[in-house]
Amino acid sequence: MSNMYAIKDHSFENQLFINRIVIAFIIIILLTSGLIARLIYLQIVGNAHYSSLAKDNSIKIVPLVPARGIIYDRKGRVLAENTPSYSLEIIPEQIKDMDDILLRLQKLLDISNEEIEQFQKLRKRQKRFASTPLLLSMTDEELAKFAVVRPYFLGVDIHTQLVRHYPYSDLTAHVVGYVGRINETELKELPIAEYRGSSHIGKLGVENSYENELHGKTGYAEIETNVQARLLNTLNEVNPDPGTNLYLTLDIDLQKTAYEALAGFNGAVVAIDIATGGVLVFVSRPGFDPNPFVVGISNDTYQALQSSENQPLYNRALRGLYPPGSTVKPFVALAGLEYGAINPEQKLYCPGYYQLPGVSHKYRDWKKGGHGSVDLNQALTESCDVYFYRLASMLGIDNMYNFLQKFGFGEKTGIDLMGEKSGLLPSREWKLDKKNQAWYPGETLITGIGQGYLQVTPLQLARATATLANKGKVVTPFLVGNIVNSQGSHQRTGANNNDIPLNQDNINTVINGMINVIHSEHGTAKGINRNISYQIAGKTGTAQVTGIKQGAKYNENNIDFKFRDHALFVSFAPANAPKIAVAVVVENGGHGGSVAAPIAGQVIKQFLQDYHEN
Amino acid sequence: MKIETRREQFEPPSVLGNFLRKLHIDIPLFMALLLASMLSLLVLYSAGSQEMDILVRQASRVGLAFVFMTVLAHIDPYQFKRYATVLFSLGILLLLAVLIMGQIGKGAQRWLDLGIFRFQPSEMIKITTPMMIAWYLAEHPLPPKTKELFIATVLIIIPTLLIAKQPDLGTALLVASSGAGVLFFAGLSWRFMFAIVGTLASLTPIIWHFMHGYQRDRVLTFLNPEADPLGRGYHIIQSKIAIGSGGIYGKGWLGSTQSELDFLPESSTDFIFAVFAEEFGLLGCLGLLTLYLLIIARSLYIASQAQDSFSRLLAGSLAFTFFVYVFVNIGMVVGVLPVVGVPLPLISYGGTSIVTLLAGFGILMSIHTHKKFR
Repeated sequence: MSNMYAIKDHSFENQLFINRIVIAFIIIILLTSGLIARLIYLQIVGNAHYSSLAKDNSIKIVPLVPARGIIYDRKGRVLAENTPSYSLEIIPEQIKDMDDILLRLQKLLDISNEEIEQFQKLRKRQKRFASTPLLLSMTDEELAKFAVVRPYFLGVDIHTQLVRHYPYSDLTAHVVGYVGRINETELKELPIAEYRGSSHIGKLGVENSYENELHGKTGYAEIETNVQARLLNTLNEVNPDPGTNLYLTLDIDLQKTAYEALAGFNGAVVAIDIATGGVLVFVSRPGFDPNPFVVGISNDTYQALQSSENQPLYNRALRGLYPPGSTVKPFVALAGLEYGAINPEQKLYCPGYYQLPGVSHKYRDWKKGGHGSVDLNQALTESCDVYFYRLASMLGIDNMYNFLQKFGFGEKTGIDLMGEKSGLLPSREWKLDKKNQAWYPGETLITGIGQGYLQVTPLQLARATATLANKGKVVTPFLVGNIVNSQGSHQRTGANNNDIPLNQDNINTVINGMINVIHSEHGTAKGINRNISYQIAGKTGTAQVTGIKQGAKYNENNIDFKFRDHALFVSFAPANAPKIAVAVVVENGGHGGSVAAPIAGQVIKQFLQDYHEN
Repeated sequence: MKIETRREQFEPPSVLGNFLRKLHIDIPLFMALLLASMLSLLVLYSAGSQEMDILVRQASRVGLAFVFMTVLAHIDPYQFKRYATVLFSLGILLLLAVLIMGQIGKGAQRWLDLGIFRFQPSEMIKITTPMMIAWYLAEHPLPPKTKELFIATVLIIIPTLLIAKQPDLGTALLVASSGAGVLFFAGLSWRFMFAIVGTLASLTPIIWHFMHGYQRDRVLTFLNPEADPLGRGYHIIQSKIAIGSGGIYGKGWLGSTQSELDFLPESSTDFIFAVFAEEFGLLGCLGLLTLYLLIIARSLYIASQAQDSFSRLLAGSLAFTFFVYVFVNIGMVVGVLPVVGVPLPLISYGGTSIVTLLAGFGILMSIHTHKKFR
């Protein structure tokens, strides 16, 4: 076969090969001799030195784990702390009859068979002299019971360790997040030395995004131990540097108000301090109890959370994508004014539907029969869809895209949390790229009333509203306001460097329309104007979950709950000197005015009361 | 085949001999491998905190590996030659599959989950790369000319880079050296070898640039382990203490205090030599190295007796790669080479490496026991 290509000289090849075998063997012998020389150096020459290091009294470097930084709310209330937890641990090496000990312990304390099983499993994986936990997070009663009989249980002892605890549980789960055991993938990327001795790492929320600050610097101690690994003497100690304490911009009272106001629904509430960008409320309901994640959540509990229809693990405020519905109208109105597509006094007639020239499809108004002749202010107040269909049509998708983008639609807000969604602001290019289709005029219309492809997160909505209230000064939301460590404190603020150039008359016109939403008798959210001494500017929104057929009628009572419309509301107050911006999304809430607006009303009321008292 | 049967009739009948011949087993190699495997279980028992569990698991893997070796020994080397290209291409495809799946899963991944067991394509490529290169070079007159050298080099670099990307530096190194081994035995000119070494040396800064952070850490730590006693340098320092404290005679079986006290990490896998050296001392180490040299010498002998270029090159490369295995692992444990993830062949705990190793020896046995004429 090889002859097909060239003539082979077999005896020459054979000789060459034998030569190479000999050379290879010589190289192998030489390199092996090198290894042997090294072994002789280590084991004969260095023996005395290394023996003294390894001898009965060995010097061991043990890491000293830093205490994790505490997380507070803006008023110094603890959101994440380290609490001592007591566990009953056994050193298998020191036990003669393990079964007997376990039986006696089971009689004394409330230890389940699963816990015994778990212990046996752990014991197999660990060294015999290693302390192995049997009972975690013991109660005071169990501690007292064991303390009395402790002398009779040699090799069994109580260990104390600091465990992360979240006192507000589900209320802050989506903001503060939680820590959990370091897993294999994380281990690969972590600086090994910094995390020697650490068992937990921030997995979600602020715990995750501020891991570097919260963790602190690991110290170490050089200790002398004897053959049983018992501590004899500490030679040298470098103390750990505790983690940085974080003060969030969040107000836990407001958070609680918003969370409770949302009871019975799934949804999100985000409130932003307009002056700084600090996030005051960041609610995603339902929440979940993060504490089980710290000690190791059981598979059943986790599965239950995972498969729950309400998706408690889903951070709606940060990652939930909703059509903004009519809450986008103030921005579209402003675009219309800025681009000169319309003037505020101009009236457009609304017959209850709108048709594109030459197309039979009727784009309907939410109000059957229509609003009649409306100007911009009325269109906002009554949320007239036809007005905005026409305005969108006049503006065109390109102008709408360019303008809405400036308010942060379609891009991440840059909040200091991981996993934020950027939402979707559709454009011609986007549609061509993703759907390989041209942009249709009808799609411009429905984008103008916040339907169609347009998708926002509640956080984006709050941010856009805050920027509007700030008259074009862009607000960047952030959660951690103050970083405090041994070197002092460091105040953070959102970077407010790019301003949207806006005509102040135009913005005042839009704000006036938004005030009327609450304070005029035709306003869609007039229900929240009672008993308040300030003015709120806002806009209601209703986002369709399912499409409704041409000619069919949407009837809330006939529709399955999960297909009911989402209720939205964006607002800021006081309207003349805005302090707080609030965005509310209530999934399947029905109407923005009746369900979402009161939640924002409560948050605003409480915030302003508190603001004036302090 | 006919000639072989006739020969058998003239040999004195030996039941065991006949049986082993039918099994296509090379007795000296088989015995040495068996001895090493026994030793492995002995050391593992000590290094793994005297856990029967670990021992049983490893023993069953070793058993399986021996069966696999025997199966391969049965296959005529002509078949390896015939399917070299197919097997090599398949290996490359599987490597690509792993890489893509890793990218989708957003993490380093080395194996494919086949349901019953996890399969590491990089292990298969350790054998198929030298097979491919040997097949390619044997098709042409030796020593190889520049064009053949170029193509062979490309064939070596492809799997090496794919594995280095996983990232698995240790295996990449072994695959590269298995290919380089074939080139060496094919009679690669010395001038060319120096040129390659020179090029590699000048490429160092570029390689450094493409290394992962943890790979750089390992190199830096190797250069100065004491700088980071709590982190990366920990392995090397503790390993040297364990070996050095073993002295000439060692502390005896189960006498290792360093692994027992948990000073020595990865004491059952990559750093098992340190436990061995601590317990059995310099004498034990010399014994183990002798055993390794015997295996290598026997393998090289088999290579020298092989009857065609393909078999010779493949056998030579398998023997050479085995040595690289030993040298890199012990070199790293005694602190003369940087820490790359290469286990101590035949001794370290772990299933995949032992199966591949014994597969290689199975092929060697196949080459030795399937001669057409003498």
